[in-house]
Amino acid sequence: MVLVAIGIVALAAELITGALAVLLFGVMIASVVGIIWVAIMGGIETRRALAPYGLLKPGILWLSLFFLAPLWAMMEMSLSSKKSRFDFSPSFSWEWGNYSRALTDFGPQFGRSFLYAGIATILTLLIGYPLAYVIAFRGGKYRSLLLGLIAVPFFTSYLIRTLAWQNLLSDSGPVVSVLETMKLENLMEWLHIMDNGRLINTPAAVIGGLTYNFLPFMILPIYVSLEKIDTRLVDASMDLYTSATGAFRRVVLPMSLPGIFAGSLLVFIPAAGDFVNAKFLGSPQTTMIGSSIQDQFLVQLNYPLAAAMSFVLMAIITASVLVYAKFMGTEDLT
Amino acid sequence: MRRALDTKQKVGRWAINGVAGAAMAYLFAPVFVIVLFSFNNPEGKFNIVWNGFTLKNWANPFSHPELTDALVVSLQVAFISTLIATLLGTCIALALSRYRFKGSGAVNLFLVLPLTSPEVVLGSSLATLFIARGVSFGIVTVIIAHVMFQVSFVAVTLRARIRGFDWSLEQAAMDLGATPRRAFWKVTFPLILPGVLAAALLSFALSIDDFIITFFNAGSLVTFPLQIFGASRIAIPPQINVLATMLLMGSIAIMVVGLIIESRRRRLNTGSERKR
Repeated sequence: MVLVAIGIVALAAELITGALAVLLFGVMIASVVGIIWVAIMGGIETRRALAPYGLLKPGILWLSLFFLAPLWAMMEMSLSSKKSRFDFSPSFSWEWGNYSRALTDFGPQFGRSFLYAGIATILTLLIGYPLAYVIAFRGGKYRSLLLGLIAVPFFTSYLIRTLAWQNLLSDSGPVVSVLETMKLENLMEWLHIMDNGRLINTPAAVIGGLTYNFLPFMILPIYVSLEKIDTRLVDASMDLYTSATGAFRRVVLPMSLPGIFAGSLLVFIPAAGDFVNAKFLGSPQTTMIGSSIQDQFLVQLNYPLAAAMSFVLMAIITASVLVYAKFMGTEDLT
Repeated sequence: MRRALDTKQKVGRWAINGVAGAAMAYLFAPVFVIVLFSFNNPEGKFNIVWNGFTLKNWANPFSHPELTDALVVSLQVAFISTLIATLLGTCIALALSRYRFKGSGAVNLFLVLPLTSPEVVLGSSLATLFIARGVSFGIVTVIIAHVMFQVSFVAVTLRARIRGFDWSLEQAAMDLGATPRRAFWKVTFPLILPGVLAAALLSFALSIDDFIITFFNAGSLVTFPLQIFGASRIAIPPQINVLATMLLMGSIAIMVVGLIIESRRRRLNTGSERKR
């Protein structure tokens, strides 16, 4: 317990004085050594009581230092003001103007991000559910092989996969030529999927890229929840004279809701913050909030504004997750 | 009991199988393109238009030193960060599934948060901290950033895997006179090891592939994804596809070995049960 207290004090001291990364590692190593010391020297009883905290401490400390502390630093930053364009160490001053600028200047980007992410989430659900269903109920002994196959594309780099889509959707690429030979351009234009005979650099291309890149995050949780379903329940409902669709709607679908919930979060959240798809497959008219944050942070070096934008993004995501959780009636996030 | 299907149900069954098949094809389309274009003989600097088959890219996979260097950096980062994250994450998963203690709910929630925050926010907030504290960016900051999201990932996936673990086995070993430490290393550890390795492999893949968080915290350090991002505006040499195909083959090989080991284990287990 004393060691825990020392750890917390050291953590606080580090945050106040702002020492270097070396000190962070010092704290980490000291805490690990401390745990081992307690484990060796302490009696059985103290060991029992301390064991879970001892096991947790190094990891939790790491997360506190590099996940929580950064959020705090970012909150401070978002309320700081730059004295001039070239002031790169802004000072804290309750500057709420950053937030109003984030909302007024980047409204369209925020809107697009949530629209694209929402459509991509629905598409991943429509594509991923049948695939998860077939693997879970008809996969037989090939189940683990099929699941492995789903993971295979994700062993190539995210950026290279997106570049491959750039390739597939390009003006001289296979998708456009197939659509042209099938005389489907007019339908595609009407559906606003194509724009002046182009697929690349359209909102549809960006949404398609998002859908592709986050599809496994939808398939895997749905598969996990479907796999747990006892098929005898389906048989029982059929014995009670429901149709196949009825059995699906009343038995299978409700039992897979936790998977759908988890999958939607795992797709929606990263998709809303993504900027790679918009950059590679989109045009300046399809920029998402992720690229604006990155631009403000790394190019304009306007840290306070970027921090405020990040917070607005987090706030909207958290709010929509809560609404969605209420709507789905799920409380268990994990 | 299987019942006979009427025509309508059969059509429905085929339709669902068809959708699933199309989804699989969709998943594999870009992979096919990546492998195919590693054999392309591109005309200009961009490997985008098919211009004839060649093996010369595969003959000189390392002819672009900046790409190879970046790949080496990525492997170094992934190796170190996976090692740290697996150690810390396994400890957390053990604590959460082995013991009942006050505050475990809070710890659970805390672990999920980094996984459900958008990467831009994680990356920019960590970078803000480093800037505010005057820490200079480099390999250390990238490793710190990777460990941050890997710890959560390892802990959450491993906890799910050892949820049904029978802790009375450890008790049994101690009843037979083993010290707690011996019981852990001889009984618990070998049983959870496959799960630990699987989580470590996946988090290794996450680290190699991470772009957004790394982008904010790398400074002048160039990892493989950063190199590709930078190059994508100037030139896309086919060697990118060659290296990507190599990584792909390597990971498939690891996965196949894993599957074989697992199925062999399962066969051994069922065999020993039958003997009883």
